[in-house]
Amino acid sequence: MLAFIVSRLLQAIPVMLTVSLISFAMFAYVGDPVTIMLGQDYTEAQREALVRELGLDQPFFVQFVEFLQNVLRGDFGISYRLGRPVADLILERLPATLELALTAALLALLVGVPLGVYTGLYRDSWLSRVFLTVSLIGVSLPTFLIGILLILVFAVILGWLPSFGRGETVTIGWWSTGLLTASGLKALILPAVTLGLYQMTLIMRLVRSEMLEVLRTDYIKFARARGLPDRIVHFGHALKNTLVPVITITGLQLGAIIAFAIVTETVFQWPGMGLLFIQAVANADIPIMAAYLMLIALLFVVINLIVDLLYYAVDPRLRSGLVASSGR
Amino acid sequence: MPLLDVRNLRVEFPTRRGTLVAVDDVSFSIEPGEVLGVVGESGAGKSITGAAIIRLIEPPGRIAGGEIWLDGRRIDTLPPERMRSVRGREIGAIFQDPLTTLNPLYTIGRQLAETMQTHLGLGAKEARARAIRWLEEVGIPAAAERIDAYPHQFSGGMRQRVVIALALCAEPKLVIADEPTTALDVSIQAQVIALLKRLCRDHGTAVMLITHDMGVIAETADRVAVMYAGRIAEIGPVREVVKHPRHPYTEGLMGSIPPLSHRVRRLAQIEGAMPRLTDIPPGCAFNPRCPRAFDRCRRDRPELMATDGPNRAACWLHDPSSRDEALGHAA
Amino acid sequence: MSAFARMHYLARIFDSDLWWSFTRSPTVVVSALVAVAMIGSAAFAPWVAPHNPFDLATLNLLDAFTPPIWLEGGDARFPLGTDDQGRDVLSTILYGARISLFVGFCSVLFAMTLGVTIGLVAGYAGGAVDAVLMRIADIKLTFPAILIALLVDGIVRAVLPRELHDRIAIWVLIFAIGISNWVPFARTVRGSTMVEKNKEYVMAARVIGLSPARIMWSHVLPNVMGPVLVIATLQLGFAILAEATLSFLGVGVPPTQPSLGTLIRIGNDFLFSGEWWITVFPGAALAIMVLSVNLLGDWLRDALNPKLR
Repeated sequence: MLAFIVSRLLQAIPVMLTVSLISFAMFAYVGDPVTIMLGQDYTEAQREALVRELGLDQPFFVQFVEFLQNVLRGDFGISYRLGRPVADLILERLPATLELALTAALLALLVGVPLGVYTGLYRDSWLSRVFLTVSLIGVSLPTFLIGILLILVFAVILGWLPSFGRGETVTIGWWSTGLLTASGLKALILPAVTLGLYQMTLIMRLVRSEMLEVLRTDYIKFARARGLPDRIVHFGHALKNTLVPVITITGLQLGAIIAFAIVTETVFQWPGMGLLFIQAVANADIPIMAAYLMLIALLFVVINLIVDLLYYAVDPRLRSGLVASSGR
Repeated sequence: MPLLDVRNLRVEFPTRRGTLVAVDDVSFSIEPGEVLGVVGESGAGKSITGAAIIRLIEPPGRIAGGEIWLDGRRIDTLPPERMRSVRGREIGAIFQDPLTTLNPLYTIGRQLAETMQTHLGLGAKEARARAIRWLEEVGIPAAAERIDAYPHQFSGGMRQRVVIALALCAEPKLVIADEPTTALDVSIQAQVIALLKRLCRDHGTAVMLITHDMGVIAETADRVAVMYAGRIAEIGPVREVVKHPRHPYTEGLMGSIPPLSHRVRRLAQIEGAMPRLTDIPPGCAFNPRCPRAFDRCRRDRPELMATDGPNRAACWLHDPSSRDEALGHAA
Repeated sequence: MSAFARMHYLARIFDSDLWWSFTRSPTVVVSALVAVAMIGSAAFAPWVAPHNPFDLATLNLLDAFTPPIWLEGGDARFPLGTDDQGRDVLSTILYGARISLFVGFCSVLFAMTLGVTIGLVAGYAGGAVDAVLMRIADIKLTFPAILIALLVDGIVRAVLPRELHDRIAIWVLIFAIGISNWVPFARTVRGSTMVEKNKEYVMAARVIGLSPARIMWSHVLPNVMGPVLVIATLQLGFAILAEATLSFLGVGVPPTQPSLGTLIRIGNDFLFSGEWWITVFPGAALAIMVLSVNLLGDWLRDALNPKLR
């Protein structure tokens, strides 16, 4: 078990190194940070001082190692545009994004899985057809359009929910949460629905097709032939066997949710990392882009590890020595 | 009173190119404790007949006619929930491939226990104790330890023993075994068949043994039904069917197994293949391949009829009114 | 042999089953018609659209914010109303759809070319080449496409001066979306190639001295085109959405050549003041376009997949 975790972590190292190399290359070679930071008027002495301060006069490898050391200490440099340490900027905005993403993911799972089971079990019922049609529309509507429509209906026309921002937040340590105030929760509803809807339809369709696949298997037929009640066959035997692919996709989708949070945050002016990132892209603010890239890579590594551990919990075939060949 | 009585069973599969009749007017019965072999090529309808009895035909297939009686009670009209309690409790089932029949994510003990808890109302402890006894009975070594193992930790033969335990653990009166040894290694086929035979004799369970292997039938069954293109071609005591087949198709089948004690007349392999269900010829379905077909065989469909022995065969050769025509044709 | 294989393949594609399932489903027929109509009217926008919304001479700011024709204050010249600059919304949609579709088609074409090439090479070469390429695909797959497209766009923005970037923005966008979507093509083609390369006719072609590139092009490729087309159709919907999303985020096509996404972004500013039509109609056009393409793709996938009845 421990060996498994360690081997997974070891596998993650090259990925993280590659990503940091890309980040660093962006950092070092894309654009001219010195010119950007100094603005229009500067003296040659100012320029040289900044070059030295940023370490840009060192050879590539030295710079890279220094970059890595800084990163490990949590120093991602200074934003060109905002002139503040990137780490601070990201840390300020991390809670908002994580709260939004996790709420959306939870919503997608809690609604998507039951709908998928239902449409898989009763594939020809009219309700299933309605769900499937709606889900196809859900997949075809871009996230930002869903957000705009929700704002139009619930904020502009009905006036029930706020159309932007996080509402009131409470700060616990460095973590600012919107989950503890009424206005914070209200503000979370529309963005979370917007962000979760696409993943929900995806999970629903996945669970449905896995369910259809599993229901055709011999062991389900045999479970029926043994006279087990439908409840046990469907929600025990069948659902458990659909879990492995569902876990994989949900894990990958959690990454996608965090990426798509960029869009949702833009629509709702949600003060999270995504908004920070999109502003960075529009202004070529490389340090923020590089840091964001590495943070996302780290999140993916962690998510993948959790996914692997969940496999391990669900599938006994992996527990008994097949771990080495379980690579996906 | 027979234990199982199937009367004029008809199973249809509606497709967009028309309705396929997979099982057509099939009638047979099984006495308590009896082993009935059902033999035929793949696609002859033997597995679907078995699935129809426990009402587990894949949609869009459906029972389109006939009656199924179990122990004097009609079961094909039972509501689904009542039928569910017949499956496992009164009719057990054994499937072909033990590698895919067991749920890979549950321990075999759990699968045994849940079956017994469903049907016998046992508590968890009692169910577990009985599960261990069943594993011992089907010959799993160190049953008390192996009960918490997962299916993938067993070999194919051992898994089929577990499947047999699962089929019998709720003490059904009838077991439908669909090709129980086909997927197994030849060296262990005989062991598994012997085990099945012994357990069913000990527990007084009747067996409907579906297979395409005449050898297995000859060793195991009391009576045998030969199916061809969705119908029963011949049915009778196993020795009689093997030694004195009354239907030309059965004769051809017998050519494919080694002779027992008697010197069997050598038969050429049957020419051609079983027709697809989409184009069954008029008259007797076997007529295009039959070496002794005559005009009536191409015109009228024969029902099972009495022969000069204990077997009944669906063949006009045994109809007194057409015998002259048949002889004339042969001459 | 290859001619036979190809004929056999074509026979399978245009088997009556495919046609049967096409005509059987009214949804599919309707979405095919809608897709053709939208692609057609977008492609011929300059001839179909009632106005040229980018001809400054015909614009009149007095026409700004005209509501759709069926609302009070509507104008017969502008069936779907006008935007803040007095541009006819219907015309901007037609011109915008043109750009959206152009970017969509080009990026899928790019992703397809890239993916098919990588897949063929990886599948045919095998060994280390295959391992490296597929590992890249794995890593690539864990990053959402939209993020990669954003990064590519951000880097190009940082490297190029602003005016130059605006001029080639549309090609940057095509590159960014294409580069983020090649993996499904590569995976499929690689799998089929590995199966095909061991077949006798490929061996035979190798024995008579045909070069690997030629063998792959004329023998392996035709056999994998079916699944590739299915993926391409499904990816077209994704690509159109990706373009719209990037343009909505303000990092896509420049405002001088607005795509549907840009139009929605512009209209979004007027949502609160009640001029909903400026954003809702381009949004609806985008949704209908993607929906019809997705329905076609879904149907094509199911129709070519014998596993789903």
